[in-house]
Amino acid sequence: MSIGPVLIANRGEIAVRIARTCRRLGVRSIAVFSDVDAGALHVEAADSAERIGPAHPRESYLCIPALLAAAARSGARHVHPGYGFLSENAEFAEACAAAGLVFIGPSPSAIRAMGGKAAARQLAEAAGVPCLPGDPGEDQSEAALAAAAARIGFPVMVKAIGGGGGRGMRRVQNAEEFPTALAAARREAAIFGNDRVMIEGLVVQARHIEVQILADAHGHVLHLHERDCTLQRRHQKLVEECPAPGMDAATRTELGRRACALARSVNYVGAGTVEFIAETPLRADRIWFMEMNTRLQVEHPVTEMVTGLDLVEWQLRIAAGEALPFTQSDISLEGHAVEARLCAEDPARQFLPSPGRLDVLELPPESPGLRIDSGFRAGDVLTPYYDSMIAKIIAHAPTRALALERLATALDECRAEGVRLNASFLAAALRSDEMHEARMTTRFLESARKRLLAVKESV
Amino acid sequence: MTEKIITIRAEIGASVWKIAAPAGTTLAEDDAIIILESMKMEIPVMAPHAGTVMAILVEEGQQVEEGQAVATFRC
Repeated sequence: MSIGPVLIANRGEIAVRIARTCRRLGVRSIAVFSDVDAGALHVEAADSAERIGPAHPRESYLCIPALLAAAARSGARHVHPGYGFLSENAEFAEACAAAGLVFIGPSPSAIRAMGGKAAARQLAEAAGVPCLPGDPGEDQSEAALAAAAARIGFPVMVKAIGGGGGRGMRRVQNAEEFPTALAAARREAAIFGNDRVMIEGLVVQARHIEVQILADAHGHVLHLHERDCTLQRRHQKLVEECPAPGMDAATRTELGRRACALARSVNYVGAGTVEFIAETPLRADRIWFMEMNTRLQVEHPVTEMVTGLDLVEWQLRIAAGEALPFTQSDISLEGHAVEARLCAEDPARQFLPSPGRLDVLELPPESPGLRIDSGFRAGDVLTPYYDSMIAKIIAHAPTRALALERLATALDECRAEGVRLNASFLAAALRSDEMHEARMTTRFLESARKRLLAVKESV
Repeated sequence: MTEKIITIRAEIGASVWKIAAPAGTTLAEDDAIIILESMKMEIPVMAPHAGTVMAILVEEGQQVEEGQAVATFRC
């Protein structure tokens, strides 16, 4: 394969994971590190490493000139952005191209097209992909927004246009609550520099379903089935699985068709994910487009486990200009895979992050049906500068029930000293009746938090 | 009612992302005084009761330790 050397513009588990595929393929990889990461696991995982600056992400992992300089010094030809940081930054993709580097991801125009909530929604509608009823909030007066909410029909969601990660979002049950909720959403949004809001229909019993797509530069667009990422806290995923429980073949085909149609409409190249919100139980006409993520997702391993494909390998091959050698019917769906995000956080204190030194970190060993993607080991310091995720634990089994129990057992074996872990909380969630009977919704972890914490204490 | 002065402390190690209510601001219970950032999460430091911010003891961008005093509050 004519690819590499590859500069990995990221840190933690995803940088380790990308380096692992590079090594298997015989592609030279280059890590980058900030001052606090000089001794990090991802630096060891790559063939060589370049310092890019101080700990603060703005001065290192988000600093485009520092990354380009590291690429030039190391002789890199490709840049893999991972997820987070600059992975969905069109200027970074452009700057790479201008420096003669190949950005492993879609074109800057495809990143931009999907970058704004309102614009992405319009593209989806144009591609025939159903969206929730909504109002873009062109008139920001309270009267106009209240009228839009009434037109859409309560309950509605007030969403900050410049928000992300669940900021500035308020559920509104009825017209009486609307002015208070609008003011609260605006105050929260204003802290982040933009107090404009939009109104969208609210799915009360919601599940998060997303479709993985893979597109080459020769016009082939395929989907790699769906993932269910319903278990979340603060609108951030903690448990993901493939396939989605209760998804029948016809609905899967229809969602895959929608995701591929949207990808084609922006000439998408590479790996990407189209996210949907679904009502329970799953029905094709009650599933709506939310957004497209123009990068590799944290939860991509569950797709890899059931399809047998290495998504990073296919990102590299597509970036090298290779055509996908398989068709939609070749994509297998073997067994069931579930992933849990092991984080330094305290479920007993509203999932408050828990930075600190990992005096002890014990993870179960990998075995058939159990994959561990970790970015850290005992002795590492988890600083407030970066994400709280330590590792991803992924279980694969012939049935969903077995995969859930295999993952819960693996979480039982995780132990840390120096920081709080969410392992036993997630194990309790995986063993809950809601999960086993696939009755979970996006609010499950937060609404059942106290009960799940009590389970942990009784064992 | 007797006036109380309360020291407001950071719950965890973090950087000070934003001073939401400078000294002299009158706040309702649970309004944000300071917003900390740790591990990519914004963590508001909130007014424990209705009252007034007396002093802010930190600057935006500064690192704080768990338990460090960040503000004083009168209620």
